[in-house]
Amino acid sequence: MNRTYELMFIVRPDMPEEDQEKLISTLESAVNASGGAIKKVERMGKRRLAYTVRRFFEGVYLLLTIEGSGGLVHELERRLRVSEPVIKFLTVRVDEEQKRLEKIKKLRDARRKTSANPAAAAAPAPTPAEAGGEAPAVPAQV
Amino acid sequence: MADETKAPASGGGSGSSDRPDRGGDRRGPRPGGPGGGREGGRKFFRRKKVCKFCTEKIDAIDYKDYRVLGQFVAESGKIVPRRLTGVCTPHQRRLSTAIKLARNIALLPFAGRAS
Repeated sequence: MNRTYELMFIVRPDMPEEDQEKLISTLESAVNASGGAIKKVERMGKRRLAYTVRRFFEGVYLLLTIEGSGGLVHELERRLRVSEPVIKFLTVRVDEEQKRLEKIKKLRDARRKTSANPAAAAAPAPTPAEAGGEAPAVPAQV
Repeated sequence: MADETKAPASGGGSGSSDRPDRGGDRRGPRPGGPGGGREGGRKFFRRKKVCKFCTEKIDAIDYKDYRVLGQFVAESGKIVPRRLTGVCTPHQRRLSTAIKLARNIALLPFAGRAS
């Protein structure tokens, strides 16, 4: 049962880059161990927090897109909770939402096609009939 | 209100002596001033609000883009009600969940005492 999750977490602002790398690689090994996969790693950079978290005013935001099962998320959250520099994390399941969006997109495309096609079909259809029957009459009216 | 105005017109005799007088008073200014009454009733024209997400065809309301979410959060951190922003019901539902997620990850402030 593969699901897609977005795992966003904030690490303390004074954490060096290489430590962040190390943290991500340990998470990645945990993901791989339970048969999941990290699809994307995004660094959103340092940002001011909307409120103080553990006496920090700012933090470095990291976002991982992960494919895996619910048990994997449980394990990752446990690791994040234990690790010292991580000050906040949030896991959101996104595959259902993505499915919904794809459905909407498909529907919208289909509607656009049907709305475009009758116009395209209707436009050429009368002209041959007019051209065949009363070709000289049309320019006279215009 | 509707009963009072009707009563003096249909069965004026049975009503108390005050009522027909009041009805008469009311009827007096009315022919002169329906226009005035209408102006008083509707002072200014309010533009019809439209849903931002419907018009711009934004399907995904993501908790990560705090710039968009911030437009629907008051200074105090509260979610602005639909009747003020004009967002349609399905989008407001998604918007509120997105704002709540964003609050959890410190992208948006919680409501309450201003910090």
